[in-house]
Amino acid sequence: MIELIDVYKTFNNKRVLNGVSLTVKKGETFVIIGRSGTGKTVTLRHIAGLAEPDSGEVLIDGVRMDHAPMRVKDTLRQRMGVLFQSGALINWMTVRDNVALPLKEFKLLPEDEIEEVVSDRLHILQIADAADKYPSEISGGMKKRAGLARALVRNPEIILYDEPTSGLDPVMSSMINKLIRDTQQEYGVTSVVVSHDMRSAYEIGDRIAMLHNGTIVQCDTPDGIRYSTNPIVRQFIEGNLMGPIDVE
Amino acid sequence: MGTSIHELSMVTVISKRIVDFFRFMGSQLIEAMEVSGFTLVLLLESIYFTKNAISKHREIFKQMYIAGVKSLVVCSIVALFTGMILSLQAGVELMRFQQQAYVGDLVIATMTREMGPFMTAMILTASVGSAMAAEIGTMKVSEEIDALIMMSINPVKFLVMPRVVALSIMLPVVTVYTNFLGTFGGGIIARFQLNVSFDTYYMHVLDSLRFKATYVGLLKSFVFGIIISSVSCAQGLRAMHGAIGVGKATRSSVVLSFLLVLIIGYFITAIFYGKQV
Repeated sequence: MIELIDVYKTFNNKRVLNGVSLTVKKGETFVIIGRSGTGKTVTLRHIAGLAEPDSGEVLIDGVRMDHAPMRVKDTLRQRMGVLFQSGALINWMTVRDNVALPLKEFKLLPEDEIEEVVSDRLHILQIADAADKYPSEISGGMKKRAGLARALVRNPEIILYDEPTSGLDPVMSSMINKLIRDTQQEYGVTSVVVSHDMRSAYEIGDRIAMLHNGTIVQCDTPDGIRYSTNPIVRQFIEGNLMGPIDVE
Repeated sequence: MGTSIHELSMVTVISKRIVDFFRFMGSQLIEAMEVSGFTLVLLLESIYFTKNAISKHREIFKQMYIAGVKSLVVCSIVALFTGMILSLQAGVELMRFQQQAYVGDLVIATMTREMGPFMTAMILTASVGSAMAAEIGTMKVSEEIDALIMMSINPVKFLVMPRVVALSIMLPVVTVYTNFLGTFGGGIIARFQLNVSFDTYYMHVLDSLRFKATYVGLLKSFVFGIIISSVSCAQGLRAMHGAIGVGKATRSSVVLSFLLVLIIGYFITAIFYGKQV
């Protein structure tokens, strides 16, 4: 279970998170939606322990991630996989080496088994053909899929997705959505997805939370969000220019 | 009355500027201390992770290749011409006293004591150090460093330590090479412009080649290698805000490395030669 309790965060005198509290249950897919710059990625970085809150707590299965010693953070992170917005592949390594990196670095499996697992992940994500290419030689969508393959390779209990479908064509987006759904159903993975793609949010989310001006304005089931009467949520999901959200 | 209000507003403006000046100086001082502390901690962590140097030997060899082999052409040209300039400048003055045979003594002493390590450090700062800062800076702004952290891979062990080890080994090696070439360049000028035979020139070179000058020069190179790599990696890891941040990190790494090489170089010279004055 992931818990954020009254988390505040300020960057350069600008308050990004203004008392965010949320709970992600074990095995659910929790989607955080909201406009760009409302603190979605910052929330995700707090869960990953890549950012420290000014105040408040971040708990992973009851263990504090915020301000924890590096050893504790590393232990918690070994249970996590992260898909970064750009894929974040190491640029001088091939796709295959990138995906194998977390296994090879800690010698988690024998070499031949690592090859097998990596090939399997690349095949599932339909990037086996690009296995020996470098990140600079492949498209943005392929980078994202390679990043996802790397996030999945250690069979994590928690997966954090930062805009998993941004920059992908509709077919590839559906494929990624299906994969997120299948991974959750097959392995009981807990997923936190940051997205502003409403189609994707409805498709994969067990619950959806709308973040606005650093606070959660509504947290509900996909239908609860779809038929919300909250004017901020309505304006966001309908993409209206007029409403309480300041579009300036 | 009007004059006193005017004077009052002038005093307010001046006092505000003084406060702004001290605020600016204070923020610069705090930033300088932050950078120094970050770089020092990074260096200490790198030294700690040298225990993993064997398992990272591939990355270390790769960085050694980049720092050594890939810099050879530019090092060769610079060393050759520096030796030639040294020989010519010294030779012109020595010729006034018919003492041009001693040009080899001057060239070898200058190259081994100062010019070899300093020149090599300058070249590697500009070529290898800036590339390190840009590479690591790009990794930082494109979330690759975060990805390593999320895989529980320590970026210092994975990226910084191999670079520090590689450059601290390669800078002395390249320095020896530049010393050889610089001396050779000096010999060409001695032979063809100062009418000193190769035999005489090299006899004086060998005669003046001091063990102390050699090991102090190599010690300097070793320290410069550590300075350049740790400063460049630290600047790269502190990069923020996209391409502009990477550019800033690269520039800062070169400027800081140049300054530190000069300052630390002076202190090493002072420690080993200061008592002779």
